[in-house]
Amino acid sequence: MSVVEELQQAVKDSPKVSTTGEHPMNDFLRMDRIPHIWCPTCGIGVTVNCFARALEKCEIPLDDVVVISGIGCTGRVAGYVKIDSFHTTHGRAIPFATGIKLANPKLKVVVFSGDGDIVAIGGNHIINAARRNIDLTVICVNNFNYAMTGGQVASTSPEESILTTSPYGNFETPFNLPYLTESVGAVYVARWTALHIHRMTQAMIDGLKKPGFSFIEIIAPCPTIFERRNKFGDGLDRLKFYYENSEIRHGANTRDVEIGLRSKIIVGKFVDRDDRPTFLQSMNDHLQKKLGDKFQPYEG
Amino acid sequence: MEDELASSIALQGAVWAGKKAMTVTSGPGFSLMMEHIGLAAMTECPCVFVNVQRGGPSTGLPTLPGQADMMQARWGSHGDYEIIALSPDSPQECFDFMIDAFNLSEEYRVPVMFMMDECVGHMMERVVIPKADKIDIVPRKFTKKKPEEYLPFEPEYDLIPGMVKAGDGYRIHVTGLTHDYKGYPVMSAECQEQLVHRLVNKIRLNADKICRWEETNVEDADVVVISFGITSRVAVEAVALAEKEGIKVGMMRLIVVWPFPEKRVRELAQQGKALVMAEMNYGQVFYEVDRCVQGKVPVVLAGHSGGTVHNAEDIAEKIVEAYKCLS
Repeated sequence: MSVVEELQQAVKDSPKVSTTGEHPMNDFLRMDRIPHIWCPTCGIGVTVNCFARALEKCEIPLDDVVVISGIGCTGRVAGYVKIDSFHTTHGRAIPFATGIKLANPKLKVVVFSGDGDIVAIGGNHIINAARRNIDLTVICVNNFNYAMTGGQVASTSPEESILTTSPYGNFETPFNLPYLTESVGAVYVARWTALHIHRMTQAMIDGLKKPGFSFIEIIAPCPTIFERRNKFGDGLDRLKFYYENSEIRHGANTRDVEIGLRSKIIVGKFVDRDDRPTFLQSMNDHLQKKLGDKFQPYEG
Repeated sequence: MEDELASSIALQGAVWAGKKAMTVTSGPGFSLMMEHIGLAAMTECPCVFVNVQRGGPSTGLPTLPGQADMMQARWGSHGDYEIIALSPDSPQECFDFMIDAFNLSEEYRVPVMFMMDECVGHMMERVVIPKADKIDIVPRKFTKKKPEEYLPFEPEYDLIPGMVKAGDGYRIHVTGLTHDYKGYPVMSAECQEQLVHRLVNKIRLNADKICRWEETNVEDADVVVISFGITSRVAVEAVALAEKEGIKVGMMRLIVVWPFPEKRVRELAQQGKALVMAEMNYGQVFYEVDRCVQGKVPVVLAGHSGGTVHNAEDIAEKIVEAYKCLS
């Protein structure tokens, strides 16, 4: 399916306009908190919309879903979804989510936050959570900078990108997030852009259904800082860029999917493996083996 | 968990999913936990943080005692809030007070600091563990309201909101941002005042109920030694030494250090008793004692920087010094 067909499909799939004047995503969003704080043509709103559709399509009871965010622009997602949601501290959404999941394994626990939050500040937590294969779905909106605090260089900023703290261009090597998460044990890794709404939604469905640590990176425009400072135009211009420069390569070697400032963006489902038990499965199996009948498997 | 930042927030995730949870650390780990102690205070998450104090600052004296994290336990995270801190002086009290710590955390929806020190942490003594049905447990204060009428941060008559857990169908939002009764962020001075004033007041206005201490021979005493944790055990010997000098000495042992028993210390000062504050630091709880006394009677610090317990003689010397100032 081409991107254009994908958009047409999305329009066809979109809920009918409500006759009651209610927003079609009314069930998923805290309408009493709208308007949101995101800038015009920012990519985060699209991602939230796709997440709502993914939940709808998954048919998971919303009472069983918990969304945890950290701090930052994407960190505000937890405040807009009408499900149990926690807006935690900077970088620490994953350990909070770990606590929720271990205390009640029946809950579907989703971490929804940005690159600066999840990968830079929370870098230690994401590698350890993926290593443990704790059953979380991590949705990481990557806009390549610390946007909310004024556009500082992040650990995802491409080389040569102009940001508040890199007026002469960034000289650090950025993280390649799919490669990072795959190498530490994530069982599902995908990357899409804010343009690929259909596939992004499908990736979220996959992630929600997949037992273990799923990681979905969404490349999203930051019109106010990243795009402006790098003279990429606004969010719409950026979507055109994604349209012209993203290449779907399912199963790509994640080593090869790093993102340069003006490079092609390789997207797709890179990792989908079934050979790793989740943290709770490992714990229960291990203790069962060691303790025999004395051990009651933990189920929350 | 991988580090103290993680453990101090994972436990809050577990609490919001309905469990009781605690974490244990020493100085540097406690410093790392500060951000999440603030989060627990702000989101009114009942949980317990144990700090087995060592000498500091920084890496300081691992495996050697200190009592210099007392002010950090009280206000180490940024912003204005109140917590509860207990200090045991024996393995038995570690057991007994831990139950109290959890109960207080549930009653007031507040993080409780369990302030041990290395000596109590490594101490081996007989501990009596009662049958489970003999232990009083304060259950979580879950709301009785239905989802449509429930506001997660609307205080009840006792200033404390009823709680729910994730998955109960209430679809709550919890944030470390300043929030209204709904739990929604509101960036205004009015909302800040309404929230923070209550967070502070739910402890301050209940201080009489929360404060707890033990007194020995205080009524007739000219000098009262105030101490907590392991130092209170050394103080017993110091009191005996000073009594040999003919001084009438009483003891006040703080069990709950924060909130501080201001009223009682003021009373002691009004009664004209000189006070000695013995603690393994250069004056933390001492400042509170001094503040309450307001110059009415002599207040002497028997302090040192940690690494070992006090010499009883050093505390006795301070008792004599305080007594001399009195006359």
